Amino acid sequence: MPHRVVVTGWGVLSSIGHDAASYWANLTKGICGIAPALTIPTELLTQKVVAEVKDYDPLRYFDDRASAPMDRVAQFGVIAAREAIAHSGLTFEGGLSEQTATIIGCGVGGQSTQDENYKRLYGDKARRLHPLTIPKLMVNAPASQISMSCGLRGPAFVIASACASATHAIGLAFHMVRSGSVPVAVTGGAEACIAFGTMKGWEALRVLAPDTCRPFSRDRKGLVIGEGAAAIVIESLDHAKKRSANILGEIVGFGMTADAGDLLSPDAGGMLRAINGALTDGGLNASDVQYVNAHGTGTAANDETETDALKRAFGDHAGKLVMSSNKSMIGHALGAAGALEMVATLMTIREGIVPPTINYLGQDPACDIDCVPNEARQMQVDAALSNSFAFGGLNAVLAAKRFS
Amino acid sequence: MADITADVVAIIAKKLPPDKRNLQMSDRLDEIGIDSLMGVEMIFDLEEKFDIQIPFNANDAKLEFETVGAVVEAIKKITGKS
Repeated sequence: MPHRVVVTGWGVLSSIGHDAASYWANLTKGICGIAPALTIPTELLTQKVVAEVKDYDPLRYFDDRASAPMDRVAQFGVIAAREAIAHSGLTFEGGLSEQTATIIGCGVGGQSTQDENYKRLYGDKARRLHPLTIPKLMVNAPASQISMSCGLRGPAFVIASACASATHAIGLAFHMVRSGSVPVAVTGGAEACIAFGTMKGWEALRVLAPDTCRPFSRDRKGLVIGEGAAAIVIESLDHAKKRSANILGEIVGFGMTADAGDLLSPDAGGMLRAINGALTDGGLNASDVQYVNAHGTGTAANDETETDALKRAFGDHAGKLVMSSNKSMIGHALGAAGALEMVATLMTIREGIVPPTINYLGQDPACDIDCVPNEARQMQVDAALSNSFAFGGLNAVLAAKRFS
Repeated sequence: MADITADVVAIIAKKLPPDKRNLQMSDRLDEIGIDSLMGVEMIFDLEEKFDIQIPFNANDAKLEFETVGAVVEAIKKITGKS
């Protein structure tokens, strides 16, 4: 008998708030976290705007010794996980530590560490690198550091599927709790890849917006790179009830597909199969869903293709539901995006407020959906989807419901 | 004049199968098989070849560089050579 899977804690470190409460307040106010980069030199960048975690001070969270072995990306992950665990009220005593999974999405690992060291080596002709170079840049570091910092001794690893990493991570953690292989999981995603070399790589792809991120809008000019982390604590309903936990929402379905087509261009067919997979897995009819948290990157191709997939998945009902993009405010946090957006989706269901798609200038006929332009909307949402579609044609969609 | 044109056409043609490399100025890039990734690679090759910066955003790609001739003209304009 599969277990029902409920969410009992969340934590966020984002470009528009350093904890879950301020993140949600700013999402609903339509605050934009996108601005010229401050943490890297921008003279040689053609696109200078990013969504950075502003005023980030590691010493607020870690002492010198604790932060030293961690790249910014692992620090972000640990901060979000600690908040989520504190929010859940869980303590990992009496064997629970060994039964708690840590499944974290991360796209590219410690890019600032890699970038700094390449500069030292090739630019400054350094003869040696810091001994912690490898453990700081390894892509599994966020899961390892969360497990060490929070004392979680069950299955722990990172899932890397570019922009869908965190959604895949949460989906897999959901499957593990549903099947009974673990009663509790800490899951989510972390990314911090606003490094000069990484940004030059993004620049070369010609998909970055020079101004800001305007998903589904006319005159949108591409995506904006973001960073941050979000984590949730999920548990089987039995486990949560036994300890009288405060239940924040329920994850009911997960769909994942591969396009096996173009390396970069999105494919409505692959998106559609992932959306349908999440609905079927969650026992949801199309008409049960009121809200879709879009992948919504702000590129010409994604937003048009995602609109097409939505209409094909939902038929006539697509005209009744709403689909907004958090990336208009927090940019594209890549391997963390799915987690930041899943937390927003769960908060939307709980609070009855749909965050807007800001920076919207007017309709693009190819994106003729209600994307909640520019202002949040009060609306009862009982069931919602969160979409993530990665370069490489990897699609992942989560389905969540109000807990009752 | 022939030089820039020939160099640009050669860069575009290199992306295509050998039997499709006989290009006309009026050929549309999408119709001859230049997809979005090939387009970005083509821009990179052009920038490297002529040591220039091309203000190209894939999100507006439908509006720019529609034909082989349009690419040739754009490169002539940026390099200031004909």
